[in-house]
Amino acid sequence: MEILKFVKKVQPPYVTGTLTTPAGTARRVATSWSRQDRWGMIRSRISAFRMAYIVEPGLYAVGSPTKDSDVFVTANYKLTFDILRRSLYQIDAWILVLDTKGINVWCAAGKGTFGTDELVRQIRLSKLDSVVEHRRIILPQLGAVGVSASQAQKITGFRVFFGPVDARDIPAYVALGRKKTKEMSTIRFNILDRLVLTPMEINPAMKKFPWFALAVLVLFGLQPSGILFSSIWHPGMTFLLFGLLAVLAGAFVTPVLLPFVPFRSFAVKGWIVGMAMVAGAVLIIDPLPLHNMLLLVSVYVFFPALSSYIALQFTGSTTFTGMSGVKKELKIGITLYATATAAFIIMVVVYKLKEWEVI
Amino acid sequence: MKYLVNVTTLAYKDDKCAGCGRCVEVCPQGVFEMNEKKAMITDRDLCMECGACAKNCDFEAISVNSGVGCAAAIINSMIKGGEPNCGCSDTSGSSNCC
Repeated sequence: MEILKFVKKVQPPYVTGTLTTPAGTARRVATSWSRQDRWGMIRSRISAFRMAYIVEPGLYAVGSPTKDSDVFVTANYKLTFDILRRSLYQIDAWILVLDTKGINVWCAAGKGTFGTDELVRQIRLSKLDSVVEHRRIILPQLGAVGVSASQAQKITGFRVFFGPVDARDIPAYVALGRKKTKEMSTIRFNILDRLVLTPMEINPAMKKFPWFALAVLVLFGLQPSGILFSSIWHPGMTFLLFGLLAVLAGAFVTPVLLPFVPFRSFAVKGWIVGMAMVAGAVLIIDPLPLHNMLLLVSVYVFFPALSSYIALQFTGSTTFTGMSGVKKELKIGITLYATATAAFIIMVVVYKLKEWEVI
Repeated sequence: MKYLVNVTTLAYKDDKCAGCGRCVEVCPQGVFEMNEKKAMITDRDLCMECGACAKNCDFEAISVNSGVGCAAAIINSMIKGGEPNCGCSDTSGSSNCC
């Protein structure tokens, strides 16, 4: 046995054994998460680690499935796969993992990689028709964007059932005889769902922050005699602080408080939150440089707009924003953002010229 | 939660509907309901234009100009041209989308 281990390919830790099927062998996987799985989830929620968090496509088993057991289809993003296998606790079933290049079901379906062709390909590769005797497969509902159920059935003979949106509802769905309640087929987007998405809103925004910081520091440090570091501190640091505040407003506070911020438009929501936080900071901190009217106005013009722009990015992570709506927001928004940025730069430059007593 | 009203491109022709119920099964927003063996739209402003219904309607009763409702993707497509897509499934994919 020990020797066999070395000869065979090293299996990932969530594989607990193998199962012989009429079509060969399938790997059996655990339905519980190890510490490694939990750590992987955290890392993929906060960083680009998720871009390479993958599972090998193909057929897997949970419990002791037979030729009559259900087949659940999923993507090969490991977090997706983990959530599915955890939901299959005490259920005997097959899992067919499609090659979605490590992307979750919904995004991959939108792109077509979780699609009819790949489904057909994996059904054939795994020889599913000899593994099970029935002819039904259960797909995650959000995969329907990429999979035509009737086409897949025409080619493979397998009838496609679109299961619940959330894998957590699978046991109830199975118990109901593959029937969904309205709750099971409607997507949830509560405060926790939104909160876990915020690190990946803050992260990309902060990646661009050094450029903003550089521009601000150079601008405020600039003197007729060169860049003077001593004069960076007052206005420069104030502006950096408001920059961070705008990121916090647009990438964290707006997403978390989304339904509680008035208006439907994300740009407006982000602007309102940004404005409230900027005004709050001006009142509470009362930074000395903002006693200058020009700088004060420039702060109110630019930072709420920045928060609005960042909040608009969250449309990419929500479950209810459509392309036509986002296009409409951008059509108006981009002009306003460009105007606000231009006005901001002009005001700061005028302030500097006044400081140098040029005008 | 509901997004902007009167923007969706969702169109539904009930005379073509055969009552298979696939649209009800696939819509994550509850836009469709069955009513006397035909699909019926409950509230079209709930539609997020994902396209699952049109993709799975075998009777061409539903059409929708589907795409990603993602600002970063749409800005990218404005700059580089082409259809908006988030690039998540590219091997070179950026790490800051969906």
